[in-house]
Amino acid sequence: MSVASESARPAPSAEERFEYVLRLADTSLIAGQRLAELLGHGPALEEDLALGNISLDLIGQARLLLALAGRIEGRGRDEDALAFLRDAPDFRNVALAEQPNGDFGATIVRQCLLDAWQLESYECLTGSTDRDLADIAHKAVKECRYHWRFSSGWLARLGEGTEESHARVRAALESLWRFTDELLTPDALDARMAVCGIGPAPALIRERWETRVAAALAQAKLERPAHQHYPWHGKHGVHTEHLGHLLAEMQFVPRAYPGATW
Amino acid sequence: MVNGSPQDAAPATRVRQVWQTLESVMDPEIPVVSVVDLGIVRQVRAGQDGRLRVGITPTYSGCPATEVITQTIRTALDQSGFADVALETLLWPPWSSEWLSEAGRRKLETYGIAVERKETGTLACPRCASRRIERVSEFGSTPCKAHYRCLECLEPFDTFKCL
Repeated sequence: MSVASESARPAPSAEERFEYVLRLADTSLIAGQRLAELLGHGPALEEDLALGNISLDLIGQARLLLALAGRIEGRGRDEDALAFLRDAPDFRNVALAEQPNGDFGATIVRQCLLDAWQLESYECLTGSTDRDLADIAHKAVKECRYHWRFSSGWLARLGEGTEESHARVRAALESLWRFTDELLTPDALDARMAVCGIGPAPALIRERWETRVAAALAQAKLERPAHQHYPWHGKHGVHTEHLGHLLAEMQFVPRAYPGATW
Repeated sequence: MVNGSPQDAAPATRVRQVWQTLESVMDPEIPVVSVVDLGIVRQVRAGQDGRLRVGITPTYSGCPATEVITQTIRTALDQSGFADVALETLLWPPWSSEWLSEAGRRKLETYGIAVERKETGTLACPRCASRRIERVSEFGSTPCKAHYRCLECLEPFDTFKCL
């Protein structure tokens, strides 16, 4: 790509950049909080540690992204203000991230579908013309690679395991599949960020996600569910009822004791 | 003043003294290796205003030790007479386990944490040096470690993950 074509690209407004970074940040934050609920509840010590470590990575990514969003917004909101002092309709995470953990199979299916999306998204964002976003993506993508190895590895084991484990991941896949439409269906902001060279071309993400997930499903001997219409739009602040409950727990202390430190 | 305070030293000397101070700051989770050994300290350089700046980078995005490390470095600098030295966080280039120093690698192995040999891709039990090992989990007690088991001496051990 030549320098001339780079400089000819349109530049997004601060509002657009804020909104876009918030989508990435909130998806990591909410997924990280969901996994944090499992601390001490993993099916085995190794899996407990794995889920806890992945949760930490996601929350770490969210902190970097929320801090960036706060700087873009320029109204003095830091990562804590954005994480703890916004209500559900202000959150921009994809609705898949907020779905409850369910059994271990459901947790693995959710993580698999989400990990594939984060991995492909961050891979593309390493080439973003937004230097701050590219730096964070370079860091995040390294972590997303082993998140994916963990979730897809377990999907294969559960899918190929016993009749019971297969039935459970198949049921989870059928139930969560409708939330994948949001990951792959671009809206005006996704399209605009792609034109600006900040975000990836939405068609590219869909193609790469489909390929990656299809391979994992084949290995796990699971059939891809039929397309289901998606009526929720977490990216636009329209969430399932689960997000409010998650936030009530996550935000309780800073809301009950504003400004508390220790 | 007989030997002069760090503030009076020549710039190159001060940079060297700052590096020496940083070499004494140990990782809070693996207290045998310093933040320099781990490649967390990326640079010590003079800014445009002449003030020295220490550039540090987080290992993993969510490593809970990051803030403790930053505070420990700050305290060590203050106590060594470098209160005027600024700290800055650098995200680029992203931290890599390849930045672990040779000295750091030896210290980790002595401590009981195996480190994969990049050149050969080999990993050995830190206790009996056997290569008959198996991975228990890609995750461990801290983000930077994975959990292995030796099939020879049957002991479990940590390895420093490649990232």
